[in-house]
Amino acid sequence: MKSIEPARIQQLLDQLKGQEVYIHLEMTTGAYAAHRGEAKLAATAFITNATVTYSQGLIAGDGPYRVGLKTAHGWVFAQGLTHWDETETSRLIAAGHDPDGKLVVALQIAQEPFSSHEED
Amino acid sequence: MDPKQILVVLAHPDDEGIIGGTLMEHAQQGAKITYICLTLGEMGRNMGKPPFATRVSLPMIRRQELKEACQLIGIQDVREFGLHDKMVEFEDQEAVADRVREVIEEVKPDLIYTFYPGHGVHPDHDACGAITIRAVAKLPADKRPVTRCIAMTPGSYAVLGQPDFVNDVSDIVDLKIQAIGAHKTQFQLMLGNYSQETKDRHRHERLWVYRF
Repeated sequence: MKSIEPARIQQLLDQLKGQEVYIHLEMTTGAYAAHRGEAKLAATAFITNATVTYSQGLIAGDGPYRVGLKTAHGWVFAQGLTHWDETETSRLIAAGHDPDGKLVVALQIAQEPFSSHEED
Repeated sequence: MDPKQILVVLAHPDDEGIIGGTLMEHAQQGAKITYICLTLGEMGRNMGKPPFATRVSLPMIRRQELKEACQLIGIQDVREFGLHDKMVEFEDQEAVADRVREVIEEVKPDLIYTFYPGHGVHPDHDACGAITIRAVAKLPADKRPVTRCIAMTPGSYAVLGQPDFVNDVSDIVDLKIQAIGAHKTQFQLMLGNYSQETKDRHRHERLWVYRF
């Protein structure tokens, strides 16, 4: 995981646009947030391997970053992105981590479905 | 009680650390331990500090961490059920309970460890406990192994009463903390700064026997 380099993210967003892609979109406080008193409400939402086609995808901000994908009938949006996997050349794996390293938000885009038990 | 075969049914890699000292003692006394871990904890928030795991790499990293922790504890037989993290309660409960029952029939445990349904805090823990209890309840009453449950809710004493079993694991607490620390991505969350306070917190393991 490296700090986001917006120009390289933009390159991947351009590369993946105009075709059906699989996305993983997630935001979470963690299941224990209310139990530990870190938040008043423990909340999580994610969607794995939803297929979308976007006509325009842009990264914005000075860090943490925002990404918006314009689809035929709406949008995909993520805010708070801080890190990405810089070893990926054909898919985007980005996330927002808090100062403790904990994941708060994730956005991933690929031409193939993500596996939750992927081999290295 | 001198169990020969133990079955542990928990939801995420690192859950076994909660009763790590008790399991180590069983292993040292020669018991064989089979551990059903329902998920790989792939939706966990802790990715190392600074973060070194991604959503994509986390499951394989956690599988390796689980292997190391189990070696330290003395768990020889790990069964990954491959369910998706956070989704245990949305699976067909009867079907998962049947898979647990098959393992019970195969390894014939004299003692089972799981979460106390309704006292797990994490929904996966509650579902895990409920599925295990469902599997054991299918057996004839005289064939049901003693089932000891972990309760994590603040109100557990008020609802369940005093634990049936309070195990002081002070003499092996360092090894227990080492096994917890094998989960490197989760390490900071689980242990905070390694301190006397951390050590004290892990000295006692409390379990409630489920009454069918």
